[in-house]
Amino acid sequence: MSAESDLLHQVTQFIYREARLQDENEYDAWEALWTDDGVYWIPANGDDIDPEREMSIIYDNRSRIALRIKQFHTGKRHTQAPQSRLGRVVSNIEIVGQDGDDIRVLSNALVFESNLRGETVWAARNEYTLRRDGDSFRMARKKVKLVNNDKALHTLSFLI
Amino acid sequence: MSLANAVKLEELIRPDRVHGSVYTDQALFEEELQKIWYTTWVYVGHLSEVPNPNDYVLKSIGPQSVIMTRDSQGQIHLLLNRCAHRGNQICLHSKGNSPAFTCPYHAWTFTNNGKLRGFPFAGGYEGVDRSELGLGRVTRVDSYKGFVFGSFAAEGPTLLEHLGGAKDALDRLVDTSPEGEVEVTAGFLQHRAKTNWKFILENECDGYHPKFVHASVFQVAKSGIGDLYSNASTAVTRDFGNGTTEVDLRPEFRRLGKPMGWFGTSTERLPEYVAKMKARYGDDKANQIMIDGTPHIMIFPNLFIAEIQIFVIQPIAVDETIQHATALQFKGVPDLNRRLRQQTMGSVGPAGLLLADDTEMYERTQRGVAARQPEWIYLGRGIHRERKDEDGYTIGDATDEVPSRGIWRHYRKLMEASR
Repeated sequence: MSAESDLLHQVTQFIYREARLQDENEYDAWEALWTDDGVYWIPANGDDIDPEREMSIIYDNRSRIALRIKQFHTGKRHTQAPQSRLGRVVSNIEIVGQDGDDIRVLSNALVFESNLRGETVWAARNEYTLRRDGDSFRMARKKVKLVNNDKALHTLSFLI
Repeated sequence: MSLANAVKLEELIRPDRVHGSVYTDQALFEEELQKIWYTTWVYVGHLSEVPNPNDYVLKSIGPQSVIMTRDSQGQIHLLLNRCAHRGNQICLHSKGNSPAFTCPYHAWTFTNNGKLRGFPFAGGYEGVDRSELGLGRVTRVDSYKGFVFGSFAAEGPTLLEHLGGAKDALDRLVDTSPEGEVEVTAGFLQHRAKTNWKFILENECDGYHPKFVHASVFQVAKSGIGDLYSNASTAVTRDFGNGTTEVDLRPEFRRLGKPMGWFGTSTERLPEYVAKMKARYGDDKANQIMIDGTPHIMIFPNLFIAEIQIFVIQPIAVDETIQHATALQFKGVPDLNRRLRQQTMGSVGPAGLLLADDTEMYERTQRGVAARQPEWIYLGRGIHRERKDEDGYTIGDATDEVPSRGIWRHYRKLMEASR
C-alpha cells in the first residue's frame, strides 16, 4: 500500500470514529479528540463569513468546547435530556493539503436526528485540520458548513 | 368551528389565567396577524444595517417579506417584496446595494423608494398611470435611536406613544455606548421553533424560569446571573401598560455596586471602553451607567432587548416562530464588541447554551397545551403583591408573572378592537 493511500485510510478511520462517537453521544471521548488549541466552527449566513466580526452558530475555542461538554454532564441540558437519537453517513473524504503535522481534510455528512420535536435531516460539508498524534490524529479545527446555514434552523444541540 | 369565533376573548383571557387554545387556534392566529402584526408598530430593522445610500436588507413583519431600503436621498422605506405586475418576488438576496429592483419575470423595474420606474415594451401600456403601480409598502415608518419600526395602519398612536416607557429603556441602552449609538452589524442567527409566538413573547421577561431552565449553564459557567432571578433578588418585573414589559435588574446591580458587573466582568478588563465612558460622562455618571447596565425589555410585539443582544420575534404560523438574534455592538469600542459577540454566540441561536433550552421549553409547551385538561395556563404568581412604582407602572418581584398578565391585558385591548 502506498504512503498516500495509507494516510487516507488512517484519516478515514479517524473520521468514522468521530462520527460514531457523535452518533452515540459519547461526549468525553469526542472531546478528547481535540487539540488544546482546537477551534470548532459552524458559520451562519454563508460559509465564508468572518467569525471575528459576524455571528456564527458555534465558534468555540477549546475552553468553550469543554464548557459545552460540561453542560451535557449536568443532566439539565434540557434540549439533550432525553438525548437526540442520531445516525449519520460520512463520505467524500478527501485529503486536500498537508503542512508539517497538520493535514487538511474535507468530508460530507448527512445526519438524521430524532428527538422529542420530530425528525430532522442535517447536511454538512466539513473541513478539518487534523494533527498527527502518535499513530492517530487530533482535531485542531473543524468547520461545519451546514448546507442551509442561511435559513432559520431548528435547535442543533447534539454533536455535529 | 373555531374558538376565536365561538367564544368571547374575555372568556379565554382572565386576570390570572389564559385558555390553552389561545396558543393553538388557527383562526385566532389569523386574527392576530390582522389586528396586531398588520396594525401596531412592529420592529423591522436598524439604521446601521443600511448605512449607505441604496443599501437594502430583507426583513419581515410576521410572514410578510419586507425590504428595508435607504434611498439615494438617505430616506428609509419599508417595501413589500412583491412585483406590482403579477406578484413575483423582486428581492432575492438578504442584503445588498442597488438603486432599483428589477423583477425577473417581465423586467418591471422599481426604484428603491417603491416607485415604478419602467416596464419593457411600454407601448403595450398606453395611458397607464405608473404612479398607481408602485410597490406595496408599510404605511408608516419611523425610528427611534436607530431602531426602525413600521405600521401598516395609516392612523393610530405615534411611534413614541407606542413605545411609552420603552423610550427610556432605549435611551439607557444607547447611553451605555460611549458614542451614544448602538449598531446591529454582526448578522443574525435564525432559530426556528415549533411554537406559538406568544410563548416566546411571555418568556422574555419571565424571571421565574432562569433558575431552572438555565441551571446547567449557571452551574458550569459559575455565573451569577441565576441569582438575579432568585426569590431573594431585589430586581423587579414591570408592566409598561402597552404590552411592553421588563425585568428591571438595576436594583440588584446597584445593591452589588460593581461597574460592568451586569456584563459579568470588571472595569479592569475593558480599559478602552471605561476610558471612553469616563471621557464622555465624567467619572460619577460613567460609573453609575456601568453599574446599571443595559435594559432587559420586551417591546411589544417583537423586539426583545436582552442586555447584550437583541431578538426579533417572527411568527410564521400558529405553531411556528423564528427568533432572529444578534449581538448589539457599541459604536467605537472594539474591545467590548468582541466580548459582546463572543458571549452572544455562546448563548443564543440554534446551538446556544441558553436559547436551545428555552426553545426546548417553547416546543414542549406547545405540545403540552394540546392536552385537553386542565385547559388553563395559570399566570397568578405574585398577583397579591403587585404594586405601582413612582411612574404609576405595575411592578412585582423578580420572579412574578406581572409581565405575562400585562401582555394579555394589552392583547385583549388590541384584539377586541372592532371585533
